[in-house]
Amino acid sequence: MSAHAGTIDHHHDHTTTTGIPNKKLFMWAFLASDCMFFAALISTHVIYRLHPTPDSPDVTKIFSIELTSFSTFILLMSSLLMALAVGASQKGKVEATRKMILGTIFFGLIFLGCQVYEFTHFVHLGLTLSSSMFGATFYTLTGTHGVHVAIGVVWLVLTYIRTFKPANAGKAWVVRAVVQFTAFAVATVAMMVVMLAVTHAGAENGYDLSALVHGIEHSAAASIVLAVSCAVLVGLSRSSWAVDFGEANAIDVEGMGLYWHFVDIVWIIIFTVVYLLEYL
Amino acid sequence: MEAALKSAYTATDHAPKLVARPWFFTRPVAKTGIVSWLTTVDHKKIGLLYGIFSLFFFLVGGFEALLIRVQLAVPNNTFLTHQAYNEMFTMHATTMIFLAVMPLSAAFFNYLMPLQIGARDVAFPRLNGFAFWVFLAGAIILNVGWFTKAGAPDVGWFGYAPLTSNQFSTHFKGDVSTDLWVMGLQILGVSSVIGSLNFIVTIINMRAPGLTMMRLPVFTWMTLFTAFLIILSFPAITIALVELMMDRSFGTGFFEVSKGGLPILWQHLFWIFGHPEVYILILPAMGIVSEILPTFSRKPLFGYPIVVFSGAVIGFLGFGVWSHHMFTTGLGTMATAAFSLATMAIAVPTGVKIFNWIGTLWGGQIHTRTPMMFALGFIWMFMMGGFSGVMHSAAPADAQQQDSYFVVAHFHYVLIGGSIFALLAGVHYYFPLVFGRMVSEFWGKLSFWVIFVGFNVTFFPMHFLGLNGMPRRTAVYDGNMGWNTGNLIASIGAFILGIGIFIYFVVIVYTYAKGKKIKRDPWDARTLEWSVPTVPPPEHNFHVTPTVHARDAFWYEKTNAKEIAEESALHAKDEESHGGIHMPSQSWFPILTACGMLFGGLCFAHHFFLGAIIGGVVTFLGVIGWAFEGPGGYHLHLDKDGNAKPDHGDSH
Repeated sequence: MSAHAGTIDHHHDHTTTTGIPNKKLFMWAFLASDCMFFAALISTHVIYRLHPTPDSPDVTKIFSIELTSFSTFILLMSSLLMALAVGASQKGKVEATRKMILGTIFFGLIFLGCQVYEFTHFVHLGLTLSSSMFGATFYTLTGTHGVHVAIGVVWLVLTYIRTFKPANAGKAWVVRAVVQFTAFAVATVAMMVVMLAVTHAGAENGYDLSALVHGIEHSAAASIVLAVSCAVLVGLSRSSWAVDFGEANAIDVEGMGLYWHFVDIVWIIIFTVVYLLEYL
Repeated sequence: MEAALKSAYTATDHAPKLVARPWFFTRPVAKTGIVSWLTTVDHKKIGLLYGIFSLFFFLVGGFEALLIRVQLAVPNNTFLTHQAYNEMFTMHATTMIFLAVMPLSAAFFNYLMPLQIGARDVAFPRLNGFAFWVFLAGAIILNVGWFTKAGAPDVGWFGYAPLTSNQFSTHFKGDVSTDLWVMGLQILGVSSVIGSLNFIVTIINMRAPGLTMMRLPVFTWMTLFTAFLIILSFPAITIALVELMMDRSFGTGFFEVSKGGLPILWQHLFWIFGHPEVYILILPAMGIVSEILPTFSRKPLFGYPIVVFSGAVIGFLGFGVWSHHMFTTGLGTMATAAFSLATMAIAVPTGVKIFNWIGTLWGGQIHTRTPMMFALGFIWMFMMGGFSGVMHSAAPADAQQQDSYFVVAHFHYVLIGGSIFALLAGVHYYFPLVFGRMVSEFWGKLSFWVIFVGFNVTFFPMHFLGLNGMPRRTAVYDGNMGWNTGNLIASIGAFILGIGIFIYFVVIVYTYAKGKKIKRDPWDARTLEWSVPTVPPPEHNFHVTPTVHARDAFWYEKTNAKEIAEESALHAKDEESHGGIHMPSQSWFPILTACGMLFGGLCFAHHFFLGAIIGGVVTFLGVIGWAFEGPGGYHLHLDKDGNAKPDHGDSH
């Protein structure tokens, strides 16, 4: 498709009645549906905060508002990278699109890592799904949002891999794509393990450079796996052949961007309602 | 100029030669046989699949209803155990709503809507196939309990807490009937939302040239409203079911009173979905009737903009009346008054529609063919259901009628007298379009009268039973309550209704095989779906994408034949120079992905989490394969007689 000469109007599709691309309209309609989805979840949480059960914990003693603020900031910044990825894809810049998608993936993973840490930490403090109504609504709501972010990350990874699909359909690339995806999956899990080990060491002896060293020592195997999988990813991050991905695929990146921004906006609401309001 | 255009559009990069692809990305091309059905992306075939399976489940649900009526025919009957009775009324309602009326409406959406807007298919053809296979997966999961020790779901179609809690529905280890119900509904919800998103995009974006929104056939408008209702209301029940699933599988207490849960929350979430659902069931029926009445009155629909606008108002207000299902839970005066008022208000646009239909009949040349009989029956019976319905809006009256047979009578008048009558009318009306054969008038009308009589004999006495205090969902009643006669009459009526439905189906099957063959447009109809070149329509629907000049587009076409013929010839040339008729390619991935969901859903409901993960992985692989396979597509070229020759390129 990239062989097409001329510019593409990314805001008007002459083959549809309204001029809005089908995929974009589909995504908007889906997001409307997803709004109701989160509305029901957030309502459940708020209703049970207004009718608290006697076993409700002192929430502000459990929350680490600094950490959550940090991860919120990271998630919001990931939206900036996502917007840059959309912009790059609309200009047909494949290399820049890849970089921005990688950045979005990385920031998304930091957010997810913080959530994994937060959940394990809270469970450690005694807040579980079944320990109290607050636990039930909190984990279900933030967990559902986390699943949305995770789906977004997987989608980004698949799109990233898609950018390597050769223009020549006869060229074999499926094995390469599988290896690339596996490397992403392995690197993600290894990163989570290493990160948890580092924060664990930090919690015991204070957060300094030695905590980092201790953490990596404690998760030596995971660290090696992380390093190897990252090396594989770097090795596979270039394509010497003409790729199928181009300006015509900008709509796919844009649809993904709409989803990603929506998930961010939902987080702003969740962060306000679930976290900040507890400090009033 | 023309030659240059042609070469620009048929140059190799636009319609490249077929290149060898890995075996799992090879597109199936079978047009007949089992593979063509399993891999189909044709909206007409998908519509037929929906139709066949929904009619099957309609018969299953009807059979369950007959068992219920046998049990209630005489007092203190022991035909069914209480447990079996609970399963019957749960599955009768769940089946009729989710597996009969909704998919039968979806069958009409699929088959007709693209034809009505002059499109060659829906916006996302593979996704459309996927919605059907996911529906089938959900239907299987809901019904699989019949064949296991656990039995079918028995918590009522509303699944009120705490009936659904482990405490009340785990009689023995492995009693997963409620988990199957939760998972089945969850998966059916996925199907409905995906299908609806597709319809929304299709209607807004794929209309033929000249087909402005205010020229859309009313059925297409109702499809659009229904689709919006589905995507906005299903999330509420999805979340309610997720929370219930967490309660049952992971020890949370969303609806567990002992853990501080509020059972009323379930009712709110359920009815925020449940009330729009009522309009999801009736709006398509209203659309079908709005197509049939003008055809057989020989005049355009009276007050078209008002009919459309009323549909929009019903859809909008439908989200603001859910608590009228909960008046007796003690909402407080303010909330009760507000929901009472909203409920009275929603009767207005519904009444407006009735008056418009009467206005359509008024002064028309009424042809009482079989579909028209069902449509006229619809107006009358639906109106009766509306009258008893609006009585419920008065909270004090509702307090008397709540959970009694009066309510059962009411919603069967709107669901059978309303939805089912209109859908049965639609089956008769569109049978010639879909199969090229026509049902005999005598047998069609006979089935109508038997159904009409049986229906009223069954449900009219229930009004009195209800007002005399007979409660719903009870397997037995004493002989001294004064309910004996009414129940016996209702049970006799149910069997008359059953015989009517039996005649209806036998006639349909007979007509499919041996019925009178007809030419296109046997009813002298008005809307675009009848302008297809042959019946049944060719796979590409229209030889030339139609241009719409008026609201009743086909009527205009028939009365301005010369203008349309010239225009068509011009457009045909145009389309051929753009590479021919563009068609979507078939695919294995929709059904593969749905199989993953079926397997994962069954395993999850049985708390076999390894299997659930395997099902999830299959689903994931299906989605990836789907994405990397690409949309595909090929071109058709028509010869002078309208025979299509496929031209398979590779990818676009």
